[in-house]
Amino acid sequence: MSGLQEHLPILQILVPLFGAILTAFTRRGITAWAIAAIASGIAPFISAGLLIRVLETGQPISYVMGSWAAPWGIEYRVDVLNAYVLLIISLIGLISIPYARKSVATEIDSHKQPWFYTMYLLCLAGLLGIVITGDAFNAFVFLEISSLATYTLIALGRNRRALLSAYQYLIMGTIGATFYIIGVGLLYVVTGTLNFADLATKLGPAMATHNKPILAAMAFMTVGISLKLALFPLHVWLPNAYAYAPSFATAFLAGTATKAAIYLLARIYFSVFAVVVPLKELPVSEVIIALSLAAMFLASITAIFEQNAKRMLAYSSVAQIGYITLGLALANKMGVAGGLVHMFNHAIMKTALFFALGAMAYRTGLGQMSSLAGIGRKMPITTAAFVVAGLGLIGVPGTAGFISKWYLAIGAINHGWTWLVFMIVLSSLLAVIYIGRFVEIAYFREPAPEIANAHEPPASMLAPLVILAAATIYLGFDTRLTGGTAQSIANYLLGGAP
Amino acid sequence: MYDATPETLLIASLVIPLIGALLIPLFHRHPNLRETVTLITAGLLASVVWSLYGPVMAGARPELVGPEIVPGLSIALKVEPLGMIYGLVASTLWIVNSIYSIGYMRGNNEPRQTSFYVCFAVAIASAIGIAFSANLITLFLAYEILTLSTYPLVTHKATDEARKSGRTYLMLLIGTSMVLLLPAIIITAAVAGTTDFTPGGILDGKLTPVLLSGLLALFVFGIGKAAVMPVHFWLPAAMVAPTPVSALLHAVAVVKAGVFTVVKVVVYIFGIDTLRQSGATDWFLWVASFTIIVASLIALRQDNLKKRLAYSTVSQLSYVVLGAAILTPLSLVGAAMHIAAHACAKITLFFAAGSIYTAAHKTEISELDGIGHKMPWTMSAFTIGALAMIGLPPTAGFLGKWFMLQGAAGSAQWLPIVVIVISTILNALYFLPIVHRAFFRGTATTSVDAGAVAAASVGAASVRDGEHHHHDDHGEAPFPIVLALCTTALMTLALFFFPEVPMNLANAMIQR
Repeated sequence: MSGLQEHLPILQILVPLFGAILTAFTRRGITAWAIAAIASGIAPFISAGLLIRVLETGQPISYVMGSWAAPWGIEYRVDVLNAYVLLIISLIGLISIPYARKSVATEIDSHKQPWFYTMYLLCLAGLLGIVITGDAFNAFVFLEISSLATYTLIALGRNRRALLSAYQYLIMGTIGATFYIIGVGLLYVVTGTLNFADLATKLGPAMATHNKPILAAMAFMTVGISLKLALFPLHVWLPNAYAYAPSFATAFLAGTATKAAIYLLARIYFSVFAVVVPLKELPVSEVIIALSLAAMFLASITAIFEQNAKRMLAYSSVAQIGYITLGLALANKMGVAGGLVHMFNHAIMKTALFFALGAMAYRTGLGQMSSLAGIGRKMPITTAAFVVAGLGLIGVPGTAGFISKWYLAIGAINHGWTWLVFMIVLSSLLAVIYIGRFVEIAYFREPAPEIANAHEPPASMLAPLVILAAATIYLGFDTRLTGGTAQSIANYLLGGAP
Repeated sequence: MYDATPETLLIASLVIPLIGALLIPLFHRHPNLRETVTLITAGLLASVVWSLYGPVMAGARPELVGPEIVPGLSIALKVEPLGMIYGLVASTLWIVNSIYSIGYMRGNNEPRQTSFYVCFAVAIASAIGIAFSANLITLFLAYEILTLSTYPLVTHKATDEARKSGRTYLMLLIGTSMVLLLPAIIITAAVAGTTDFTPGGILDGKLTPVLLSGLLALFVFGIGKAAVMPVHFWLPAAMVAPTPVSALLHAVAVVKAGVFTVVKVVVYIFGIDTLRQSGATDWFLWVASFTIIVASLIALRQDNLKKRLAYSTVSQLSYVVLGAAILTPLSLVGAAMHIAAHACAKITLFFAAGSIYTAAHKTEISELDGIGHKMPWTMSAFTIGALAMIGLPPTAGFLGKWFMLQGAAGSAQWLPIVVIVISTILNALYFLPIVHRAFFRGTATTSVDAGAVAAASVGAASVRDGEHHHHDDHGEAPFPIVLALCTTALMTLALFFFPEVPMNLANAMIQR
């Protein structure tokens, strides 16, 4: 057993990667799905095992590829931060996979279904890889694997505009990845290493002689990753991509893809640059806070006026990502913990919301807000789950979203910026409007003839949705997993700083 | 139950209405059983809350601490005297209101009655949660659930008007609580390191007078349920709901949750000594006074009975706020007494309004000429309620005002005294004409015209229910309605003669 446990870090990647290869050889959707289900089912146990181990020992787990010692070989380095993000991603994978079967079966042509699951597993492997690796270049490789898989997933959407959206994202995503690798290249030139931990030690001395290339690298990497995580105003690819991707892909990506990118940003800042670059002298934090605020307000306002339900939630995602980056940019313990808590909570809530819309699309084929009038009477459980997750998004007490906002607000006060508290709550009010608008349409209007025959989705779709909605409430009361872990991470990242 | 510990009773007081809410839908197809569940739940809840009274007066402060949800702050319950008053009022009146609801909802053939009773039970559970919360976080949780659970009740009719009112209701209550109250709580937690309700307050010496005053403003206007102007608009909007909702929730549970929270924050978070010494709270008195007078003036101009009652509620709620703003122990006793007194009296008035609507399909005051002769029970009860609003003995309304006046005079604050006197006159001006109309205006000559107007205005309703209730040819409302409104009218009188329970609790509150 101990032998297997030693290899957990690589198994985290190998399981979905191997699953991807297997699914590529299958002919039928159901077989491919079964393989994907096994791989997705194993992944969270590996993540949980890793998280428990790093929390217990307090020491990072280092795994070297092919016994080539770091920094020459590729090192997988698991500490509390990435073990936590691994758990978020793999849990969303686990909860999504039962949902996938029926949803994919109706939205994807049967001969493409095996490929769809291949792409899903490649995407999962890529996202987990970005998070688990301790190597800057290896992170780029996984970033590309996950991105290419994502472009394909989006392009498989039924609407022809899915192709254009995928292409748009391809262009933007490639620019982002290129910027990132330019930054990595600059750092390599200056220090001769690609290992994050090694970079942190070697950048210090290099700062004295090569401070301009290092700052340039930081700028390139920041912009590049910001594109991938859809930080305002680099978010323009996201609404279309989410709106036209197949329902399952949207729900899975909304919970995971941006989270992996946010992780990467946190990693290079807190583990690499913060150690060596005098960040306090640069307005990095101020700029990211300003952009986060812009996201929280402008994207939410756009969501209010959006007519397509999936696009509305997509803009809401841009806004919610703003909360996460806001917390990280505050760079104090409560703020960072708040950002990390919200990473988990937002993954749960947004996946639930997209599941609900996917279930409605499954039964009605519709996605415009107005065409879903009266859906609350036809699909009461689905709509109720949407409302619960929506309340979480608003941050009503008793839901997960409240916990996130509390941490962020205390973080803002500890930063000395009490006015930010009011910004956080004001932007929550915008969520009341866009969620409330859907509620009014769903409950107060008479059902249209098109949805007359709609009823609850099959159990395999309803169960994941209800579990996530219940989790939204559960995580509003039991915060040991989210808040507790996030605080240990913040302590670990910020060390003695307040 | 008789050998249950106070802690068991405390948890039972929350669990019982929630279990009720879960059981009610099971009897969707059996209305009689369904209403039995509501009545049993209400009866059990009231008996549990009443059995907490003894231990609390004996000095017990039963406490339960739940999970820690954010660093240092837990979901926690604790019974203290002020919460006891509010808990007793809400749970006792729920029984009467449930009887009334049965008569009203059936008498008016209201749709979706199951979800009505479910939401009602959840609302009561959250009211009890507010009453017994041990800290601001728990209170805020219950406060928001109360808003959300009453939203479906406000929009019950599902008409365009209901939807619009629902928007106002939700946006004002959620808006103020999120944008003002939540930051106030967060700042309190950051400054004091705790949000526990503590006798004497937790902010002594932690903030400058100006900041203290600002924080108080966040609380006072953030607690939208207290309906201090200008955040009162949700209350008249909520009148679109069925009358039992207006009666128990928007005259008792929801609005009292607001003023109760204001008093609780003043007493247990700020501490009246801290506030008095800061000397930066004059505006607090002025805001309460302004609301009392202006809401009364608006009430004077309302012809719709429920709207007039709503503005009267806005005005009366600010008495409680005024009692807190005077910042003396006696005035706080007055505020606590007024919470109980206004509850009994205002629910009676709403019951009467709903009774008139059910029996006669009348909603406007100008249509009520001579109605006292047809509905003597209803209008007698209404008269008792009206006297209590004015504050005349022998009704409960007298007591609260009396203590507030004493508190103000004792600390030489003249503004509250002037305000109370003026508003008493205004209250008489907008309540007595209704009583006069009902009993002393003839029906023979005027009711023909009024009847024509009424027929036009309630035309739709008359067509639907025309068979069994013609608007000119009616008697009293169904028996459950009359029973309920007579009970609360008697309670309004009884509270004057036997004020021990709320008095003892109010005195226990101001003793450290």
